[in-house]
Amino acid sequence: MAWLTLLMVLPLLGSVVIATLPKSNELAAKRWALVTTLLVAIATIAVAVGFQRDNVDMQFVESYKWIPSFGINYALGIDGIALVLILMSTILAPIVVLAGWNEAHGGRWSVKTFYILILVLETMVIGVFAASDLFLFYVFFEAMLIPVYFLIGGYGTGARSAAAVKFLLYSLFGGLLMLASIIGLYVISGTTTGGHTFDITKLSELHNSMSSITQNLLFLGFFIAFAIKAPLWPFHTWLPDAAKAATPGTSVLLLGVLDKVGTFGMIRYCLTLFPDASKTFTPIILVLSLTSILYGAFLAIGERDIKRLIAFTSISHFGFITMGIFAMTSQGHSGAIFYMFSHGFSTAALFLVAGWMISRRGSSTIADFGGLQRVTPVMAWMFFFAGMSSLALPGLSSFVSEFLVLVGTYTRYPVHAIIATFGIVLAALYILIPVQRALHGPITPGNEGLRDLNLREKIAIAPVIAIIIAFGFYPSPILNVINPAAAHVIAKLGFTDPVPTAGGK
Amino acid sequence: MVTSNALVYLIALPLFGSVVLLLAGRRADKWGHLLATALPAGSFVIGITELWAMLDRSPQERGVTQKLFEWISVGSFKIDAGLLLDQLSICFVLLITGVGTLIHIYSISYMSHDSDRRRFFAFLNLFIAAMLLLVLADSYLSLYVGWEGVGLASYLLIGFWNQKPTYATAAKKAFIMNRIGDMGLSLAIMIAFATLGTVSFAGIKEAAPQASTAALTAIGIMLLVAAIGKSAQFPLQAWLGDAMAGPTPVSALIHAATMVTAGIYLITRSNFIFDAAPTAQLLVVIVGAITLLFGALIGTAKDDIKKALAASTMSQIGYMTLAAGLGPVGYAFAIMHLLTHGFFKAGMFLGAGSVMHGMDDEVNMRRYGGLRKFMPITFVTFGLGYLAILGVPPFAGFYSKDHIIETAFNAGGSKGIIIGSVALLGAGITAFYMTRVMILTFTGIPRWDEKAHHPHEPPILMWLPMAILAIGSVSSGFLLSKGDALVNWLAPLFEHEAGHEVELLKPIVVTTLALAMVAAGVAIALIKYVRSSVAKVAPENVSVFTRIARRDLLQDDFNEAVFMRPGQGLTATLLKTDEVIIDGAVRGVARLAVGSGSLLRRTQTGFVRSYAALILIGALALIAAIWVVTF
Repeated sequence: MAWLTLLMVLPLLGSVVIATLPKSNELAAKRWALVTTLLVAIATIAVAVGFQRDNVDMQFVESYKWIPSFGINYALGIDGIALVLILMSTILAPIVVLAGWNEAHGGRWSVKTFYILILVLETMVIGVFAASDLFLFYVFFEAMLIPVYFLIGGYGTGARSAAAVKFLLYSLFGGLLMLASIIGLYVISGTTTGGHTFDITKLSELHNSMSSITQNLLFLGFFIAFAIKAPLWPFHTWLPDAAKAATPGTSVLLLGVLDKVGTFGMIRYCLTLFPDASKTFTPIILVLSLTSILYGAFLAIGERDIKRLIAFTSISHFGFITMGIFAMTSQGHSGAIFYMFSHGFSTAALFLVAGWMISRRGSSTIADFGGLQRVTPVMAWMFFFAGMSSLALPGLSSFVSEFLVLVGTYTRYPVHAIIATFGIVLAALYILIPVQRALHGPITPGNEGLRDLNLREKIAIAPVIAIIIAFGFYPSPILNVINPAAAHVIAKLGFTDPVPTAGGK
Repeated sequence: MVTSNALVYLIALPLFGSVVLLLAGRRADKWGHLLATALPAGSFVIGITELWAMLDRSPQERGVTQKLFEWISVGSFKIDAGLLLDQLSICFVLLITGVGTLIHIYSISYMSHDSDRRRFFAFLNLFIAAMLLLVLADSYLSLYVGWEGVGLASYLLIGFWNQKPTYATAAKKAFIMNRIGDMGLSLAIMIAFATLGTVSFAGIKEAAPQASTAALTAIGIMLLVAAIGKSAQFPLQAWLGDAMAGPTPVSALIHAATMVTAGIYLITRSNFIFDAAPTAQLLVVIVGAITLLFGALIGTAKDDIKKALAASTMSQIGYMTLAAGLGPVGYAFAIMHLLTHGFFKAGMFLGAGSVMHGMDDEVNMRRYGGLRKFMPITFVTFGLGYLAILGVPPFAGFYSKDHIIETAFNAGGSKGIIIGSVALLGAGITAFYMTRVMILTFTGIPRWDEKAHHPHEPPILMWLPMAILAIGSVSSGFLLSKGDALVNWLAPLFEHEAGHEVELLKPIVVTTLALAMVAAGVAIALIKYVRSSVAKVAPENVSVFTRIARRDLLQDDFNEAVFMRPGQGLTATLLKTDEVIIDGAVRGVARLAVGSGSLLRRTQTGFVRSYAALILIGALALIAAIWVVTF
């Protein structure tokens, strides 16, 4: 059974149903979106159950000829890394729909268009993680921009058009560089393997027949595209603007899910297609990662707008993820992938609760809040919890991933790891400063009558919290899926974990 | 080692309590505090039965382990969620659950007028659970979870009344300074894994003898950094005074008896690292010696009763750190002082809470005076704690502190003389500032408005725990050192090679010297505060020294000037850089790319079609390029 195709078709079907609804029936559109995303989540869990975790080959493979004359296939398949990211994405989707039940109101277009865009985006996200044909990946990678562009520009707040354009221009720029590299690979595949192909497995053999200059250039095309998407310093300035303008739900999808395509791409494409170039650029990438960790944290500490602040924390977190990826140890690699998963839920918690705070208060400036713990205790504690998750409190899933990244980096790059460890102090600052300003102190005038979370909102946030706690105490179900795939990537690059250095006197 | 399935319940009971109280919400207001008090008491009972079972086994077989599940496993980084109860952790388990239960009982009454009492108890239970995890973990990474858990509980309880901005700031400060310590713990674990290949206590103990001194020294120093943060030692001590913003039971339990002693636990637990890393060990001694003087000096200048006690806590933990840094001869005395201190300091804090209860939350000792007559039980229980901390025989502190001073002198060479003298001097200053607290609070003429305040004895739920702790202040030292009970109990854990000690001073000499110092301290305080009248407002025309001591020896000023303000400057600069230079460059390039910039302006008004077209062009370019190369 074509499970992956099913996962992708389900949201499309849902969007078709919603398209047929009358514009006035907004509630039906919301319900259909919720039901569809829930079904996708359940189907994904079914896929996860059927996944053989010790098998490092692509699983649930499907392949059909699409444009035979160019060697393009509609080819899908997932390894542990892709599975975990698809799982995260499809679990977050219904949560986002339920949490942002009313966020489509006040948009440029109708409510039903909003949900059609969300569902189409879900299809593309699954596609981008599941594609095992480079051309198919590129199509999803670029096409993904369209629904996000409309979601930001059409339903956001403030300078939404400018933010949407900035997002699009950045992404298109990266996409064009990647396109050039893809063409390059395609050309080389024609001259060396005897036939043009976009098959990733075949393309991953090409590096042997490339000059190092070619490999470096092609690598950069991919890497810059992914570094913009992730985003890594200094390609990050679109993110705070986009996060501020987008609705909270869109921000969750943008930072929690879409940005992971960047770090996922680094593993799936940069490392496997260009192993030598990856090693060449590792020192630079590690410095960029460290810069992101500290720079993002400092900017978050100084930021006065809650949504931009969350965006800056993410830049810091993405620094940890890329550092873990390029540390080339099993702990760093598994940690980075688990970090992508944990970060999805931490960021979702932060953005969703911040979104509820903002919609109630009508402002996203931190100084406009104050004393919320005494007005809206449940909402305040949820925000606090989300903050604890963001600062990687031991016992939560973000701690497991962050510590794995640090320890995995330390064994190969101790200096980098030591510098990165300062990030844990800075994280306490960028979380506790807004927590104090928004939740503690006397009640700021204008906040007295704010409502606390309603049942729908509590139901939406509950699974996020449950996941953050559960996988903090018992991360094995996720790690066991990630580990073989991560170890496989490391082994293919020819790396083995450093052995303990002080074993003998 | 013997395994047991009961260990997890030690932690699970209070954890269950905190979850129930937090989730049940207002519904649990009526009974939440009762449940929350019963659960740590349950853990205490389990602890006693475990102790009983331990006593039945031979000294080498007393440890008990329980493996719960595989927590994290990636490559060779394998960590079990496992628990270990041995001779060291049982001391802490009984202290935490015993004193913890008493403080829960006290809080039922102390917090009865607070509308958020249920939340308070939920956090207290959370603290007990985290602290038990800290002392029961069998690896550094599991310990880290408890370590940060107690930090979280401490943050939540310091800021329990965070509607007051200064209290919220105090909580934040404590958390952040503790995170600096956590950096040390993180790095210690990373170094241990990279060099020894394991982070479990058993694994490191086994690997340590073969490991290089450099690696062990690095791990030891990083563990010391962690201990400094958690135990408010120099130079990360500045949070403890502010932490007195928390309700007084919290100060007694977390910021006197248990959490702040976690650093001592960490160092003692890591004996196999420190014993093989003399440099790290020496640093432990130095930190302890500095802090014990630092805290004592601050204590002399504080008018806030809780802050005076907090300074004293800092100083007493300095003694413990000093002892722990002396290696196998000192570990048991560090733990002994930790246990006796747990009794007498928790008792005095509860006494301070009782005074505040009777004096409408007044904390300034200059507005106390003569309370002895109105609060006899508080006076007596506090007074017994006072005698204990002074080290007057036969009270608890006499046994524990004297041993530390003696061991310090006998550490050998000039080091022994220096640290011994510091410890001795500290004892004198302690006697001075504690006598000052006693005089200002309980004796002399009342300096409070007799119409406004009606000091009275607290209800039984409050004074009973005070009385029980006072019994501990009297007897615990004698009981723990009778026949070297605690030393022998802990001996199997530490590699103690007998016969290496030099005896610089005979015990009787040390005792005499210490008592002479204490007598001097008491005498100076008596002369200064009994003879002359005490001003209701702290006098301004005081010496530079007093002014510096009042400002906590300028640690806050130093931190502000060296870290905070430059940090704020850096943040502001980076924010500007990001906007002007990085984003500016991007905007410049974009403008350049579209030539005149007219396109950009047009698109920013929302012309989506041009973008759709751009994507289309991109896709077409791809197709075209492929077509060109294929045919």
